[in-house]
Amino acid sequence: MSRDGTGVPHSGGAAYLGMPAFPRAAETATRDDRLRANLRHATHTIRAKRARAVAELDDWARLRQAGAAIKDRTLRHLDHHLVRLEEAVTRAGGTVHWAADAAEANRIVTDLVRATGEREVVKVKSMATQEIGLNEALAEAGIRAYETDLAELIVQLGDDLPSHILVPAIHRNRGEIRDIFRDRMASWGRPAPEGLTDRPAELAEAARRHLREKFLRAKVGLSGANFMVAETGTLVVVESEGNGRMCLTLPETLISVVGIEKTVPTWRDLEVFLQLLPRSSTAERMNPYTSMWTGTADGDGPRVFHLVLLDNGRTDTLADEVGRQALRCIRCSACLNVCPVYERAGGHAYGSPYPGPIGAILTPQLRGLASPLEESLPYASSLCGACFEVCPVAIDIPEVLVHLRERVVEGGEVTIRGTRTTIKPAKRHTAERAAMRAARWTFDHPGALRRGQWILSRSRRLRPRRLPGPGRAWTDTRELPAVPAESFRDWWARTRGGTA
Amino acid sequence: MRVGLFVTCVNDSLYPRTGRAVVSLLERLGVRVDFPTAQSCCGQPMFNTGYRHETEPLVRRYAAAFRDHDYVVTPSGSCAAMVRDNYPRIGAGAEAEGRGTELSEAAAGAVPKTYELTEFLVDVLGVTDVGAYFPHTVTYHPTCHGLRMLGLGDRPRRLLEHVEGLELRELDGAEECCGFGGTFAVKNPAVSAAMGSDKCRAVARTGAEVVCTVDNSCLMHIGGVLAREGSPVRPVHIAEILAGTKDSVR
Repeated sequence: MSRDGTGVPHSGGAAYLGMPAFPRAAETATRDDRLRANLRHATHTIRAKRARAVAELDDWARLRQAGAAIKDRTLRHLDHHLVRLEEAVTRAGGTVHWAADAAEANRIVTDLVRATGEREVVKVKSMATQEIGLNEALAEAGIRAYETDLAELIVQLGDDLPSHILVPAIHRNRGEIRDIFRDRMASWGRPAPEGLTDRPAELAEAARRHLREKFLRAKVGLSGANFMVAETGTLVVVESEGNGRMCLTLPETLISVVGIEKTVPTWRDLEVFLQLLPRSSTAERMNPYTSMWTGTADGDGPRVFHLVLLDNGRTDTLADEVGRQALRCIRCSACLNVCPVYERAGGHAYGSPYPGPIGAILTPQLRGLASPLEESLPYASSLCGACFEVCPVAIDIPEVLVHLRERVVEGGEVTIRGTRTTIKPAKRHTAERAAMRAARWTFDHPGALRRGQWILSRSRRLRPRRLPGPGRAWTDTRELPAVPAESFRDWWARTRGGTA
Repeated sequence: MRVGLFVTCVNDSLYPRTGRAVVSLLERLGVRVDFPTAQSCCGQPMFNTGYRHETEPLVRRYAAAFRDHDYVVTPSGSCAAMVRDNYPRIGAGAEAEGRGTELSEAAAGAVPKTYELTEFLVDVLGVTDVGAYFPHTVTYHPTCHGLRMLGLGDRPRRLLEHVEGLELRELDGAEECCGFGGTFAVKNPAVSAAMGSDKCRAVARTGAEVVCTVDNSCLMHIGGVLAREGSPVRPVHIAEILAGTKDSVR
């Protein structure tokens, strides 16, 4: 499946298709008290830890600038670095595949797994495979993909969707997790132990035992990667639990699906990101497990290695001079943890595996402004700027949000599947556009503005407490401000005699 | 030194007492202030909603209205941030569309002389004690654009700390957005209201009589939620606190 400007369904991720626009989904979430309490507790805890971890480094601002600069430089010559990467991976015994979109990537991976004769695979937590809906594609081919990251396991067992990049089950508390384990583990393998409580250590032990038999049995592992070092063809996965290390080393065949923007040219560049990422995401000085592999090695790790390089809208995003900075993202999720909108709306409202501020600029670019959901995402922000402030690669998310809002309401040039086209303004904004034009005209004619203010103040006693129509969006929850008897402009004219 | 007041459309139409407070405060500090009547709106509502082209005449209007001023003072963090951060972008956008450098030049003229009120007081006039009197407990909410786009830092707080009679109460989660966000407040009303009521709960916990900010648009939202909830806390713009004197207190 692919999506163009006409609104044809797009990039896999079947589970996310047909989701409502952000405001509606978010409204539902704001009424869920338990969800809001879970999210508030979790995001505020990580937020404070991150701030402490970052404050330990006196060169954080320079590291951040270096991270942004390395990503920008790499993206400018991405074609060159990708070819170098392919050569290096091939030299090291791996096989490189190129996937233009989700459908092609899913087809490649499904065929590779089929060729092994296996019917099950173990998975390292991976955003790229969520993005393309790989688990669903494999299931259609009769192949069962087991998530092995603890939070992804909770999501998978609960027949749920991830709601956070780093902590996909952030919307669940430990009581809910206990219930999911108790009710669902048996149908996926080893059941939960009798009398399981909601103590974190017990829950972790249940997951460990459940997963262990899968690690030891699986012949095929699936992963993404945090980074790909072009000079040596080395892939890097950073993680906390060790499940990744199991999946990357025990199976005979390893298939990694990685977005093309994960490339860094050299190991010296990698060094910067290995400092930025853990402090920004888990608030750790260093993550517990960093796995690196270069092709295959005799007698050590997988004997067969495939790398699927995923485009899926990235080249189109790269063509947008303002929007391309979203491709710097290293998926740390610091922006989610500080976002007041994410905290109230929850991750599911964003309708993709990329929630929060980064999702609000990434999803509409990767998929195109193709449905009411994608059109609503750039507006899912108060532009408070907290996301930009914490971003370890200095993505000016508010700038990109406003840029995408312009694409929604004014239309303009975009790149769809490599072709430059001009899109029309979104239909749903006709009334708003007329109102904005009228406001601009009034503000550009201060005489008219003054007459308007005069009428407003003369009729101020008639002002209703609740407005009809679109005004309800304000007055349902807030009082309107009182209208003064005299505008500032009139006061000035009366007391100071016109312009100075 | 020729100082122009950019009162902003929100203050002009809805909060004229804030504009009057700026005039009286600056005059008390010996600064003569002009109000060029050609001014209107900085264009922020249009720009932030995606209507960049609709803001272009307002960029020209702002630049022309204050062409002869050395400083433009505005009692709004977000309008000052709009001029400083976004006017150059609007200029660059017009250039990229092959429409010449006129807007960029207008922006280049406007940006360096535009100051949010507390910046102007602390950085240009070099005062933190403005001789104000305000015998109330006050909590200060640092608005997002003032905090993160302008980098106002502790300027408003330093000014408030020198106000006689004023007791400052710490606000929990002060740096979190109140949920206004311009058209966000009506495009995502549920989330906006949820953020607003969390902010108002934090305000209530301080026990302060007054919540103060550098921006009346945020206060319109915070005050709207407070009023709906029947809270006795009053929203007051910082200019009105700083303009207060023993003579003016009722």
